[in-house]
Amino acid sequence: MDALSIAIAVFDSGVRLSVPLLFACLAGLWSERSGVVDIGLEGKMLVAAFAAAAAAHATHSAWIGVLAGVGASVAFALVHGFAAISQRGNQIVSGVAINMLAAGLTALVGNAWYSQGGRTPPLDGAARFQPVTLPGAEAARGVPVIGPLYADVLSSHTVLVYGALLATLLTAVALKRTRFGLRIRAVGENPAAVDTAGVSVAALRYAAVIIAGVLCGFGGAYLSLAQAAGFLPGMTAGKGFIALAALIFAKWRAWPALGACFLFGLLDAISIRLQGVSLPWVGLVPVQAIQALPYALTVVLLAGFIGRAIPPRASGLPYVKER
Amino acid sequence: MSAAPIELPRWADYVLVPALAVAAAFVIAGLVVLAIGENPLESTAILLRGALATGEGVGFTLYYATNFIFTGLAVAVAFHAGLFNIGGEGQATLGGLGAALVCLQFESLPGWLLVPLGALSAAAFGALWALVPGYLQAKRGSHIVITTIMFNMLASALLVYLLVNVMGRPGSMSPETRTFVPAAHVPFLHEILARFGVVIPTTPLNGSFVLALAAAFGVWLLIWRTRLGYAIRTVGANPSAAVYAGISISRITMIAMMISGGLAGLLAVNEIMGVQDRLLLEFTGGYGFIGIAVALMGRSHPVGIVLASLLFGVLYQGGTELAFDKPAITRDMIVTISGLVILFAGALDGVFRAPLGRFFASRRRGDA
Repeated sequence: MDALSIAIAVFDSGVRLSVPLLFACLAGLWSERSGVVDIGLEGKMLVAAFAAAAAAHATHSAWIGVLAGVGASVAFALVHGFAAISQRGNQIVSGVAINMLAAGLTALVGNAWYSQGGRTPPLDGAARFQPVTLPGAEAARGVPVIGPLYADVLSSHTVLVYGALLATLLTAVALKRTRFGLRIRAVGENPAAVDTAGVSVAALRYAAVIIAGVLCGFGGAYLSLAQAAGFLPGMTAGKGFIALAALIFAKWRAWPALGACFLFGLLDAISIRLQGVSLPWVGLVPVQAIQALPYALTVVLLAGFIGRAIPPRASGLPYVKER
Repeated sequence: MSAAPIELPRWADYVLVPALAVAAAFVIAGLVVLAIGENPLESTAILLRGALATGEGVGFTLYYATNFIFTGLAVAVAFHAGLFNIGGEGQATLGGLGAALVCLQFESLPGWLLVPLGALSAAAFGALWALVPGYLQAKRGSHIVITTIMFNMLASALLVYLLVNVMGRPGSMSPETRTFVPAAHVPFLHEILARFGVVIPTTPLNGSFVLALAAAFGVWLLIWRTRLGYAIRTVGANPSAAVYAGISISRITMIAMMISGGLAGLLAVNEIMGVQDRLLLEFTGGYGFIGIAVALMGRSHPVGIVLASLLFGVLYQGGTELAFDKPAITRDMIVTISGLVILFAGALDGVFRAPLGRFFASRRRGDA
């Protein structure tokens, strides 16, 4: 394989791997912009992946699968919201609980239903998302460089990949250009001011938490219905945490989130590509080092050694109305 | 943990609220068992019998409890300083590395020296791995929760790298080190007691259990009977008061994180030096996370933590037996229950506290 086709293959798989990160990252963005810290992204994606695979298996419809995944994820999001907003409980503790609950329940129920060690039966045909070909992709393939780039990296993905891009656009526009978005941002910075203006802090935060649930639902469904053909216990494998890292990297903004997720997805693709490969003058590349890079970069960034990542001011703080 | 403090009598705070949280967790777990078509009461009976009916069951229960005591104490010490250390997994992983380095390096040492050295090294590695997030929180203002999550991920990547490329046994397909010399092994309790002519069933329960109890006592001494413990509690309860009292918050943050990480690192003494006798992947088995449930249930008090650890030990051992009898109920049930306990004891405790607070308040008014 020549360098160009290797690069295209790596970019193509980088796009695929960054999609679940992007969904989860945008979910975290909505939640944290409204002042609710969410470390339960991982758990919400996991239940969504399971529910999506189970529903798609039962109905042979990928779309019903997505619906079930979103439903399950939103249910977990509402538990988090109830604990964080109504009960003013500890948001970190609630997030940890969501993650453990999701890991336990999906494996338990999956094993009880299908007796395959927690896996769902393999999905095929209409129960999965198939790649769509963008208009003109085949015709453009002949054009040097740009052709394969368009046909492989941009085209031939599942609908959900384009859905993630659309979600980024919607998030960016909604937060920046709509009244609702302005209020969400305000409630994450200064809830008392929003309250004084006569807008319900709780309602706004619930709305943000539900949006986060929907987005995690898409991310999870992508994992089990598009990337893989079915559910595997623990298949999120830390993606929720990488998404959290990407969120910090993007400084809680939508378009930078797209960039950060694509960067981390690309790193993942590169590390898979380099598994067991010996490069000239580098030798055997320690794959783990590349996999650990997102985490290490996030630590460095948070510590303020390069730039500074400042979270929304009221994030993590329950709002207590003054009496 | 809830934002609006609700005044409760001490016994209600320390006993009633955690008990209600655990009860709620079990009710929901029972519903899950019903939903997958098994009988919750029968399952509970099998679980309790598996954990407590035989000497072997009790031995395994205490062996699991050892891990929970270490990770529960680790979370609790950080809690007292107002810090949330979710890095127990990573710190225990590094603890395993520290134990293994000593055990593999100083093979010629006698056991009475090698075992304590290994344990010290485990604690030191765990402490250092926790110090970095502690330092970053204290001096650079990065959030300890996020940093410890990232350090969990970094620790697991580091261990995979080391076991695959550096420390792995040559010619072995599974990433693990060679077996330690017998001198590095923490004696099993059945081995120790056999010397005194007492015969108990063969179980993985080892000397680490005694170390765990000693650590619990040590934490009690530290938190409630020393100057440092007072400083830790002050920083946790009221940081601005601590500053007025001349306590350095950043210093206490780093010290508390080191103690916390050291305790988590000791998990490796039980798992690596007590049972596995070699370093391998994923020996931390999620104990670090369940330690959060243990600390929340035990209200960060060593006595509560030991009791909560025993409960989780029973769940772990009984759950293994249950999975054997009823294949539909796997060990994942225990993870589910832990998640529920964390949710009810740590994030939804207001659900119980609010009505209890009203109840006790009306009682007080009635008395007056």
